[in-house]
Order: sequence, then structure tokens, then C-alpha cells
Amino acid sequence: MSGPELVVDGLTVRFGGLTALDALQFRLSAGEFVGLIGPNGSGKTTFFNALTGIYAPASGQVALSGKDITGLPPQQIYDAGITRTFQRLRLASSLSVFDNLMIGNHRNLSHGIIANLFARQRLKNEIEENVAKSRLLLEQFSAPLASRLFDPVSQLTMIDRRRVEVCRALISEPKILLLDEPSAGMTHEETRALMDDLLASRERMPGLAIVLIEHEMGVIERVTDRCVVLNYGEKIAEGSYREVASNSDVRTAYLGED
Amino acid sequence: MKSNRRGYWPVIVTALAAAMFVFLFLYLEQQWEIVLLAVGLIAVLFSSARFGLLRRVELAASDHPRTTIMVNVLAALLVIVLLRNEHFALLMLATVCLYVTICLGLTLQFGYAGIVNFAGIAFFGIGAYTAAVLSLHSALPHLLVIVISGLVAGLIGSLLILPMLRTRGHYAALVTIAFGILFRTFLEVNDLLGGPQGLKVPGMQVFGWSLNDNISLGPLGAVSFYASYAVVALLLAAGAYALIKRLERSWLGLNLDAVRTDETAAASFGIDLPRWKIFAFTAGNCLAGVAGGVYAMMSGFIAPASFNFGDSLLLVSIVLLGGSGNPLGVLPAALLVVVLPEKLQVIQEYRLLLFAVLVILILRFRPEGLLPRRMREYFAGWGR
Repeated sequence: MSGPELVVDGLTVRFGGLTALDALQFRLSAGEFVGLIGPNGSGKTTFFNALTGIYAPASGQVALSGKDITGLPPQQIYDAGITRTFQRLRLASSLSVFDNLMIGNHRNLSHGIIANLFARQRLKNEIEENVAKSRLLLEQFSAPLASRLFDPVSQLTMIDRRRVEVCRALISEPKILLLDEPSAGMTHEETRALMDDLLASRERMPGLAIVLIEHEMGVIERVTDRCVVLNYGEKIAEGSYREVASNSDVRTAYLGED
Repeated sequence: MKSNRRGYWPVIVTALAAAMFVFLFLYLEQQWEIVLLAVGLIAVLFSSARFGLLRRVELAASDHPRTTIMVNVLAALLVIVLLRNEHFALLMLATVCLYVTICLGLTLQFGYAGIVNFAGIAFFGIGAYTAAVLSLHSALPHLLVIVISGLVAGLIGSLLILPMLRTRGHYAALVTIAFGILFRTFLEVNDLLGGPQGLKVPGMQVFGWSLNDNISLGPLGAVSFYASYAVVALLLAAGAYALIKRLERSWLGLNLDAVRTDETAAASFGIDLPRWKIFAFTAGNCLAGVAGGVYAMMSGFIAPASFNFGDSLLLVSIVLLGGSGNPLGVLPAALLVVVLPEKLQVIQEYRLLLFAVLVILILRFRPEGLLPRRMREYFAGWGR
């Protein structure tokens, strides 16, 4: 593949007088794993929300595989191949793990009224294929979770819910996965386990590019190829973890002057 | 997965018990008998839920969806045969079936898609008035008239949902309240539709057979003409039930659940929110409209006073009492809410107050209703 998969050019988001994201330049190649870091309120989640169509950008361009996707609604961004997880879990906790995964697989399912109500045998085949597909993904991701495919999400532990949320974003085989602070509310050990699962499943999805918002620098150092640092909506540094960590602007943003 | 299917005898036993109960509930007249039965029903539902009996019946039913509907329709037909010449009891039974149909529509709207509709009775009324006008002024076959009643209710509903899509939560609910009240006022001032006096509606004719004729069925003796309407209403409710269950066990049901549980997450996974809201709202109102069409022909007379805002509240309370999102729960809830005030004169006057208290108690102590919704089972033997 030639050239970057995702090109973000001068992306700006404003809330009234506040500029939450200021002319951001960002590039992501197929297969890359990029960390997005910065203090609270620096615009990381805003960036995700602008990318996925939840916020409309004030200016700037976003292109995926050479196609302009700026300002498209979330549904079309998903169809184009960008999926995400949320900082605060957004699973349907009353539904089963399978149902939640299938919400994530929306673009590969049939949604016609006739197909759903009156062609039951075909629908049954489609459902059985998807049960097999879900089971396979869960087994690859975290084997014990596969046996809980039909349990309600409300009966799962926090880390399993995170896993389900990541799998929901992966099952449609996206080009780009956006992970919004998956370690929130988890212990170090749980975060480590989740990241191991993620790295393992990434092996099986060549070309999948991942952007990870994360506060734990140990995680960023271990899993990412490259880091982008935001502060007050602006990119203040970019490079390998080592380069970024020794950057004086970054140290000031995180630790204050002196 | 198929080898694990359970036997269907729990379904048959339950259907027979339910039929016996419905018969007694409609047949008995003494106040204490009615109270005993109502309390008994709730007690049986609660205790069988507690001891897992209900779960066994539900599992058996979900393993044999077709048999379940057949057996229950037959059991209901048995009740109709037992009550064959009881005009009032049959009228109530038919009304319960029509209310079940509307409430299945509300289940689709509120239980699945999360759209609160406080104008259920208005869409029922639209269907009733459409059927009245069409059967008075056209020669269309009555079955077609009833289908059109549903379509008109659905169409008007799909116009109403446009402003609702621009609002969220409580505000969408307010739009439906306003519509329900406007609808009644509109009927009262509209002379073409009979104004406050309402309209007379001819009885239903199906393939040249008039449902208003009393029939005599050999050894069964005289049969009330309400028995025919009860059968029509029963078939309608059964059809609506089968349709809603199919929908719930498909990707469509999943899409509606996704819209209800989290709009942002749903949109982020490609789910077209307006499309599914319009679908649920329109389809639900169609069911209400079809029920309204049958109601108009059955009662022979409709007036604005039959379509009060208070009745819309009763419909919502049936859905909440039964268990939001569980079509099965609608059945006992509709039976209690429709029949109890007719049977207990004490309640009649205070029924709105009483049901308001009931809804508050349910939301406080058992928000999931008499029969809480289960996990979706896409087909028989799911997950086993």
C-alpha cells in the first residue's frame, strides 16, 4: 500500500469560542499503532469524535484511503472502515455479548424487512455464520470469554466488558480502530492483559491501524510505534515514545513549568 | 443445537390453565370472586417466576414458537366456545384482544425502540374513523378496509414522527401527548366526522358473511354475534404476536434495541437512527390502526369520547405492568387492566387513579414488570 491510510489536514473543532482542536495535522499508515497522549482536556477524545462524525469540524479535511470523509455522519464513517471504543463503556448491558458484537457487525448483516421476517431459513444461516464468527473472534481475543457469548453483558467483569467493546469494534474488520482510554477503570494487570490480547489479535489482522488514547505511559511505550502529543487542542510533539518523553514541551504540559 | 429441544407439554398445560382462568375471570360475577382471581393471577405469576416454573414454560415456548401460538389460539377459541352466548363477556374478550394488539404495537415502539407514545388511543381512533368512513362511503371489502385503517394510522404516525426525531426523551413524549389531545378536539369540531355525536358504523362483512348475525351452531345452541368478533380480534392479536416475536428474533429487533440502549453507540456502528425509529413508530401505529378498524365495526358506533388521553395512559400502563419489551407480558396485563374495572364497580370510577398508583408501584418495586423480558433467542434451541 502506498501513502498513508488516513490523512487529517488542518482539522479544527470549536465549541462556541473555545477551540478544542486547532488545525491538527495527522497521518496514519496501514498497520501502524499510534499512541495519542496529552493532559486532560487536551482534545484527544474531541479528535476521535470529529473523526467519527459525532462532532462536525469547523474546518479542515479528513481523507481515508484517498477518499474525502470530512463531516460525514457517524454511520458513513463506520461504513468507510473506522470503528471505535468509548472512554466510558457504551455497551448495551441488558443485551447478550453476541447481540453487542452484532451491533458492531451491522454493515455485514441484512436489514431488509422481508429478509428478516419472511426468509427465516436464510436468516438462520446468516445468524449461525455470525455465531461462529463471533466465537472465533472471542476465542482469539480471550478464550474464556467465548463461553459467555450468550450471557448478558451486565454479568461480565469490567475487563471482559472492555474486551467485548474492543471486539465489537473489530468484528466488522475495519481499516482503523480508535481506542479511547481502554484502561480507564482497570488495574495495571488488567490493562496489561487487555493490551496483550490486542497485540495478539492484531497479528491476525495485517493492515489494521490503531490509534490509542492512553494515560499510562508504560502502556504507550510498550505497544505503540509512534506517539502524538496534544495540549490545548494543538499537536505539541510527535515521534517515538523515547523522543516524545524527552521533549521539553511535553514535560512542561504534563508536569507544569519547572 | 436442535437435539436439545424441550418437550412442549408445559406450554399445553399453561395454555389450558390460562384458558380456565380467563373463562372464570370473564364469567364470574361476584365481586369477591373477581378480586380473588386477580390476586390469584398475580400471586401465581410471581411465585412461578420465583420457583423457576415460568422459566421452564418460557424455554419450552421458545423452543416451539409455532406450536405455542397454535395451542394458545386453540385455548382461546375454547374460551370463546365456553362463553358462546355471553354477550358482555365476549365483548370484553374481544376488547382485550384488540388492546393486546395495540399494546404489541407500543411494545415495538417503546419496549424495543424506546419511543414513548402517549397517543396510542389516537392511532386506534384514526383506524376506527378510517374504517367508519370507508365502510359508510365506499364498497371496499371490509378486510381491505381494515388493512387501510392500519395503513392510514401508520402514515399519519410517520408524519408525526418527523418533529419527534428532532427532539429527545421527554420532549418527544410531549409531542405525542399534544397529538393525542389535538386528535380528540379535531374529531369534536369536525362535522364531516359526526362531531361529538360520532358515527354509526356498519357491521363487518367477510366474504359475504355478516358478523353481526347471530348464529346457531347445532349442539352448541345459540351463539352471540360477539363470538365472531372475538374470533376476528383473537386472530388479529395472534397474528400481531407472531409478527412481533419474529421481528424480535431478527436483526431488526437488534437494531431497535441498539437505538433504545445507546443512540451514540448505535450511530457509531452504522445504525441509521431515524430509519429505525420511523420503522418502529409506523409499524406500531399500523397495529393500533388495524385494531381500531375492527373495534369500529364491532361496536357499531364510535365517538370522540371513546378516544381519551386517559385511555392512552392505560395502554402505556399495560406495557409497563406486563414487562416492557416482553410481548408475553402484555397478555395478562391487558386482561387485568381491561377487565378488572368492568367487573369491579368499585374501581370503575377510580380506575385511572388506581392504575396510576399501580404504575408507580411497579416502577418502584419491579421496574421490569410482571414478566420481565428475556435475552433474545434468535431461533429455537438458541445458546444450548
